[in-house]
Amino acid sequence: MNILDFNKLSLRDINKTLQASDKNSFFSIKNPKGSHALAVGINKQITVKVVGSVGYYCAGMNKFSDIKVEGSAGPGLGENMMSGNIHVTGDVSQYAGASGHGGSILVEGNASSRCGISMKGVDIIVKGNVGHMSAFMAQKGNLVIFGNAGHALGDSIYEANIYVAGEVASLGADCIEKKMTKKHLSKLENILSNANVSDYNLDTFRRFGSARSLYNFNVDNAKIY
Amino acid sequence: MCGIVGLYAKKENISANLGLHLSKMLESMSDRGPDSAGLAIFGKPIAKRTKIMVQSQFPEDDFQKLKKFLSTKKEISFSFETHSTHAVIKLDVKQKDKVINLINDTFPNLRILSVGKKMEIYKEVGRPAEVVKRFEIAKMKGSHGIGHTRMATESAVTTLGAHPFSTGEDQCLVHNGSLSNHNSLRRELMRKEMTFETENDSEVAASFISYRMNSGKTLKEALESALVELDGFYTFVVGTENGFGVLRDPIACKPAVLAETPDYVAFGSEYRALTSLPKIEKAKVWEPEPATVYFWGH
Repeated sequence: MNILDFNKLSLRDINKTLQASDKNSFFSIKNPKGSHALAVGINKQITVKVVGSVGYYCAGMNKFSDIKVEGSAGPGLGENMMSGNIHVTGDVSQYAGASGHGGSILVEGNASSRCGISMKGVDIIVKGNVGHMSAFMAQKGNLVIFGNAGHALGDSIYEANIYVAGEVASLGADCIEKKMTKKHLSKLENILSNANVSDYNLDTFRRFGSARSLYNFNVDNAKIY
Repeated sequence: MCGIVGLYAKKENISANLGLHLSKMLESMSDRGPDSAGLAIFGKPIAKRTKIMVQSQFPEDDFQKLKKFLSTKKEISFSFETHSTHAVIKLDVKQKDKVINLINDTFPNLRILSVGKKMEIYKEVGRPAEVVKRFEIAKMKGSHGIGHTRMATESAVTTLGAHPFSTGEDQCLVHNGSLSNHNSLRRELMRKEMTFETENDSEVAASFISYRMNSGKTLKEALESALVELDGFYTFVVGTENGFGVLRDPIACKPAVLAETPDYVAFGSEYRALTSLPKIEKAKVWEPEPATVYFWGH
């Protein structure tokens, strides 16, 4: 195990070390003190444990690596991630997982507004609540919410799935509740077991997705284009 | 961007070092706004006395003249402290209005930054580190205080464009964001005889809250009406005689973090602003909800 301590090293040195490390190496990062852009742009299978809370854009553009934050994360966690896993034991701020293409994000606390905005294939699991405008324009992937969802959930959603166990304050434009089929239950079970989440009751979840009336091309509207 | 901090002491160990804590917090937010910085510190009141904070571009000359002028008025007993470009005039609360009028009439180049029994506002152009050093903020004690570091968007980089803006006696506001209807709102408030020093959008927010409170609204009601009337982005922290309040607009894209321990309540634009506080790792840390008024008071 390699220890990288912010009391001794700069953010740039720490990120360089992570990005240049060998496959399968393991790092523990100490005293992050809310630093921005920590562990970004990693594109190999390494494991990073961050002890403490981080600031903006942690683990952005992640590819292959497993990053765990033992604390909370600021805005833009895992922005545009491609694959790998991000696990935050505390809360996350705005737009966690924004435009993520793949991999998974597990948040044990709450996520604030715009969680999963424009997601393109990432799976995001939030054990607490999510704020308003979550899954806004979400295209692909799954947002699983154990707690409550804020206003305008799934506004202008494309083909992502949203699963909510708690209350939904309101749905956004073109987002509707959909039937939870056996296929979807088994998909949800897969998502949760892939993220090593075990304490859940599938029956409590409801499914939401696109009514497909907003983004479909309709020949009657051809003149408008 | 802009960075905001706030600290409310529940225990003596925090209030004894309030200025030091706030200085560190504000300095950590330098990246969010290098143009100007300011703080409001709420200290211990002295019975029947109040404080007028005055700012000058030419403090050596102006303050000497002002002090001399006030000394000629035998009926006014006052003390006069200078802190760089700012002066604190402490005087009998009954003589406050008279002195304010005298200053405004005789010294048009001086600006009155604030009036109050507890509050002192210090603000200048420059990075937080320079500003806190200039006014020796780290030595100050107090029950609570708020601070701001500015990245100017809506008006010029000047001392008067820096935050906090006084919104009334012992009351001030700092703002992260930008308002889009500040010109029309300013015109409306001017018709109601509110006066303005700058073209700044945050000054309009401060004036809006003052006007509402002068019309008999509570701080909470004034802030709730801001949710209806103000268009734009904002995280506000409002300092009052008794504590501080927080309000974010309904979209809430301007960041905000709160932390509470048995010793203090702290606000920061980012978690970084809070990391220098004692026992922060054991604090309850959370993000305030949009369109919700929070307040901590003694």
